[in-house]
Amino acid sequence: MATMGSHYDLGRFGAERLSFSPRQADVLMVMGTIAKKMAPVLKQVYIQMAEPRWVMAVGACASSGGIFDTYSVLQGIDEVIPVDVYVPGCPPRPEAILDGFQRIQDLVKSESGRRRNSDYYKELLGQYGIK
Amino acid sequence: MEETTLNNDIHVKLTEKFGEKVTAVSEPYGLLTFVTYKDVIINVLSHLKEELKFNFLTDITAVHYPGKDHGIAVVYHLHNMVEKVRIRIKVFISEQNPTIPTATTVWKGANWMERETYDLFGVKFEGHPDLRRILNMDDLGVHPMLKQYPLEDPNRVDKKDEFFGR
Amino acid sequence: MNHNHPVFTDNDPQSELVTLNLGPTHPATHGVFQNVLQLDGERIVSGVSTIGYIHRAFEKIAEHRPFYQITPLTDRLNYCSSPINNMGWHMTVEKLLNIQMPKRVDYLRVIVMELSRIADHIICNTIIGQDTGATTTFLYLFQFREHIYEIFEEVCGARLTTNIGRIGGFERDFNDIAFAKIDKFLKEFPKALKEFENLLTRNRIFIDRTAGVAEVTKETALEYSWTGPLLRATGVDYDVRVSDPYSSYQDFDFEVPVGTSGDIYDRYLVRNEEMWQSVRIIEQALVKLKTEPKGIFHADVPEFYLPPKQEVYNNMEALIYHFKIVMGEIDAPKAEVYHAVEGGNGELGFYLINDGGRTPYRLHFRRPSFVNYQMFAPMSEGMLLSDAIINMSSMNIIAGELDA
Repeated sequence: MATMGSHYDLGRFGAERLSFSPRQADVLMVMGTIAKKMAPVLKQVYIQMAEPRWVMAVGACASSGGIFDTYSVLQGIDEVIPVDVYVPGCPPRPEAILDGFQRIQDLVKSESGRRRNSDYYKELLGQYGIK
Repeated sequence: MEETTLNNDIHVKLTEKFGEKVTAVSEPYGLLTFVTYKDVIINVLSHLKEELKFNFLTDITAVHYPGKDHGIAVVYHLHNMVEKVRIRIKVFISEQNPTIPTATTVWKGANWMERETYDLFGVKFEGHPDLRRILNMDDLGVHPMLKQYPLEDPNRVDKKDEFFGR
Repeated sequence: MNHNHPVFTDNDPQSELVTLNLGPTHPATHGVFQNVLQLDGERIVSGVSTIGYIHRAFEKIAEHRPFYQITPLTDRLNYCSSPINNMGWHMTVEKLLNIQMPKRVDYLRVIVMELSRIADHIICNTIIGQDTGATTTFLYLFQFREHIYEIFEEVCGARLTTNIGRIGGFERDFNDIAFAKIDKFLKEFPKALKEFENLLTRNRIFIDRTAGVAEVTKETALEYSWTGPLLRATGVDYDVRVSDPYSSYQDFDFEVPVGTSGDIYDRYLVRNEEMWQSVRIIEQALVKLKTEPKGIFHADVPEFYLPPKQEVYNNMEALIYHFKIVMGEIDAPKAEVYHAVEGGNGELGFYLINDGGRTPYRLHFRRPSFVNYQMFAPMSEGMLLSDAIINMSSMNIIAGELDA
């Protein structure tokens, strides 16, 4: 929340409008611990997004489960959806989230226009059971 | 000192009413604690609420002591807000057949606390209006806070125990 | 096909109920929890809450960690006011170990706890403003939350999940910059809070949206075990700081604000007034600190408080204590203890059973959000959907605390 607030202001880097619906979003920022109960919901949200779509795993818990190596926590969201950028920290500082966001922008800049149609990409999504 | 006499008062009044059903009375850190049985627990709770002015149910939880006859303790914390006294009540129930009457008849707020206790320990609260799992997935299958279950997810593949010194 | 043919349905559209799935990632709910609502037009007929979407099994983890390693877990309960949770946990262990704290440590703790209470209430009240359509308040007062975090950063090095203090005191003394920042905060914050109140308290739109919405009586609130600002808004003057004083709160002069009707407007007023009282408490604490001997920031209990690193390397006893504490081999009495503190949302209780092992035998958190939230679905019945949304924000449900 602080990242969006007036002090750090993510809007300066081209993310002024927070999307209230995954269907109109380009980047999915997964923040905080994802429990196993949440996993199908997360996947659903990802499927609802239109291509091209990028995913940022914010924080140690979303990236790898963090300190919660327990029966109820998903050990990293990359078990259910593909992730482009991992932001470390528990919780990450707002600066780290801003940096992660700029790495996504780098990816967007350098990505080839046809990547989303490539066989490699389809295979990647296929691993997660997403068509 | 005042606290102790108050606790004494409560103890005397409870013994008058319930006799031998109130056992193992102690006072760790000034908090009156006693053990009672599951056939009278609801009477004890409503007596405490109506007569002794313990108007507030702070908490319901459970503790698992494996290997005993009555291996699951259901623990109630009550609070008398006027006289500023807290009280702790324990009921030991059997591990094989963990049933106890519900306290939702006395306090409506007991609902979710009992659901949580059911979810984590498998204690079945008889007469509960909606006894479902609350925190875990419905298909978890076990009650994870029982001591025999491990903390870690046994099915996970990416974290090898040997790297964590286990 | 005849397009002019009117469409008839079997059911009268007026009588049909709509099922709305609100959550778990709905943007209007601040946190992950799901409510399946039956709607008649815009009015809620019934609702079912589902929670547990970030259940992380804290109580199970706590059974596998020595006492000092549980502090980082408490951070992640109510992450809007983590220092209160940290210190509540420290005080629980100190109660178990019978450690008497020096007054100066108590006052330092009070300062940190009240600052985090302000941070917590800032979040809740600005979010109510946001949800009733006043984004200004959110952007405006959130700066000061940032200033509070800068103070925490000065004290312990972290912003949000602070892990502040140790069992037996603080890990280091407050430095001059921290005190300077607290002074600056106390100078600037009241002005901003006054302006914030001017924006909302007598605002016609805000009053129309909140006054008389989601009224709760004292009896219902007690029946559902509400605590904290929510209970006080209904008119019950229950505050753990007063009824069961910890950390020398009895030395301070402050008032417990209560409301009358328990509606959203009252909750907002109670939280605002609590921020004023917190400012008062911090000011008093700073005055009291001046009379205390300088440089004391932990209790004199070498067997429970980690010695400084230089001593560990140069001093045999310090090394032994360090080893024993880190391995969790401290001599804690076999006992059970319940300790409650007044968290941002209400009574935060720690029920600890120790059997003399390295780790707690059982640790249960009485989490105010969890207990408060169960009332949401029953109280939404008959409410407008848009009112239910502000009702939820005014309950300040923190998902981390809700699910543990």
